[in-house]
Amino acid sequence: MEEIHKPLTPKKVTVHSLYKEGSTRRIALIIGLSLLVIMAAVISAGIGTVPISPMDTILAIGHSCAVMLQNFLHTYLPSIGAWYDTIPVSIPAPSNPQAELIVVGFRLPRIFLAILTGISLAVAGAVMQGLLRNPLVSPFTLGLSSAASFGAALAIVLGPGILVSYFLLSYDMWIVVFAFLFGWLSMLLVYWISRSRGTTQSTLILAGVVIGYLFTAGVMALKYTTNNEKLRELMVWLMGGMWGASWSAVLLLIPLVVICFYLLERKAWDLNALSAGDDVAKNLGINVERLRLSGLMISTFAASCCLAFTGIIGFIGLMGPHICRMFIGSDHRYLIPCAGLMGAAILLISDTVARTIMSPVEIPVGIIMYAIGGVFFLFLIMRGRGRGLY
Amino acid sequence: MELVIDAVGKDYDQKRVLDDISFSLGNAEIVALVGPNGSGKSTLIKTIAGVHTQSTGTIRIDGNDIRTVDPIDLAKVIGYVPQHFTYTLYSTVFETVLLGRRQHIKWSVSDEELSRVQHSLDALEMGHMAGNYMDQLSGGERQKVFIARALAQDPELFLFDEPTSALDIRYQIEVMETMREITWERGAGMIIAVHDLNLAYRYADTVVVLNGGKMAGYGKPQEILTPTCISKVYGVDSFVIENEFGKFLVPFRANAAP
Repeated sequence: MEEIHKPLTPKKVTVHSLYKEGSTRRIALIIGLSLLVIMAAVISAGIGTVPISPMDTILAIGHSCAVMLQNFLHTYLPSIGAWYDTIPVSIPAPSNPQAELIVVGFRLPRIFLAILTGISLAVAGAVMQGLLRNPLVSPFTLGLSSAASFGAALAIVLGPGILVSYFLLSYDMWIVVFAFLFGWLSMLLVYWISRSRGTTQSTLILAGVVIGYLFTAGVMALKYTTNNEKLRELMVWLMGGMWGASWSAVLLLIPLVVICFYLLERKAWDLNALSAGDDVAKNLGINVERLRLSGLMISTFAASCCLAFTGIIGFIGLMGPHICRMFIGSDHRYLIPCAGLMGAAILLISDTVARTIMSPVEIPVGIIMYAIGGVFFLFLIMRGRGRGLY
Repeated sequence: MELVIDAVGKDYDQKRVLDDISFSLGNAEIVALVGPNGSGKSTLIKTIAGVHTQSTGTIRIDGNDIRTVDPIDLAKVIGYVPQHFTYTLYSTVFETVLLGRRQHIKWSVSDEELSRVQHSLDALEMGHMAGNYMDQLSGGERQKVFIARALAQDPELFLFDEPTSALDIRYQIEVMETMREITWERGAGMIIAVHDLNLAYRYADTVVVLNGGKMAGYGKPQEILTPTCISKVYGVDSFVIENEFGKFLVPFRANAAP
């Protein structure tokens, strides 16, 4: 006879099962977010003032990649090029003759820029929050954004005349270079100030806030003294957006973001240990001061590279990591990539909405992002304790 | 394991907070640091833990000056539980304990490391809480998690700064019993800073009395922690009672101002 009343033994929860279960869920979320970003990118490439079907979008990307590869091979490796021409399968050109120019020429660089900026800001935010053990820290609160704004404002106010005539860079590039340099400089200043009092997290945060205000004063002074035309240009930069997208910007940023991400991800365990406090981390053999310095420098570098091209993009550096922490906890090995993908998804979707919702007029991405992101975040907070949602 | 502290002194902003501290500690020995607030107990423990370095003197573990030992290797030998601990909102109990294995983990976590975490939690009867979030715990449970973290580190020397301050009397006794067993089983040494002089009486082999950064007594608890010593160091009148359970110290009033 079958044993029906077999006693139900509750599954024993062990550290092993908890850990494995947690890892699986976290990896699944990272894969899910990656797919979301890819899907959003393909959809985003298809919609806009000129709608292009998904098939044409994919063909446009595939065809132009194939043509580019062919040209490259014929120019540099003619023997492989000849072999390449014999491949019987070819990707047909899209049915819409303009598709390639629109998708590859205009939309893709913009999509890439949004993804790269989202990744670098959210990763920087996650790392800064971990390093300083403070959930309110972001590239914004540490004065980076104000400093980059000041750099850009200075370049705009000095104007094309002075800068371009002496140096070879174009005016637009000067704005980028100034924004980057000042963003980077701000973190050096923050570190230099806090060193005089010992680099504890509170002195670093206070120094960052103060530096932020000093640069804000500079920006306000420049705004107040400059003429109308430049003021408008300055306001557009301060609002931020993906207008500065180009393939050259994207190709410059990809390696920088990838390297910074790799260097920060390698610090994941040290960041985890730091969550137990400076003293415990030191006892665990971690050089806390050096970790703070290098972590802040690398994350600032990544964030200011991207901010220099896009102007001020707030919110992501703060909220990207927070949203992810709610989903997957605070293990930085998973938190850093997850936050990056979340940042990319939020910025890409917001930018797509911003450029299509009132097409052909574009509205600043900040309007959409703060609205979508804010509501989403509120929703997460209001669902109980904001944990165990996933 | 042998720890030798030789003439250690520490200055903070030109103020001498530790002066000429010397004592030593061997296997399975428990040293209690006692003394009033601000007497330098935490500073001494942090100095041994490598959180900051001393201004004068040397600390040797098995003959090696701790300043010359690679911090990662030192972390395998010395485990430290601070008086005040921090944790993040979204960290769980077992993740916090797992940090004790940091110096053995390169990237992924092996089953062996997880087993050690399980053992440490079980030793403190916290196994069933492994999946809880840190902020769901009571203050005492949290303190036990941090003690478990130090256990997972599997060091030869434990340093505890007020390990039982947040625990109720039952947990205090349980944790101290567990720690004494562990020091015996593993042959590890232990230095604890305590306010409860009766814990020092019951569990310590040796007591170091600190007062104003200087050593005011060193030896067996029963011999050192006398009412005369307590009166001098703390400014408190006390008496000792002895019965079949042992000797107990009862502080009862503050001294009249001298």
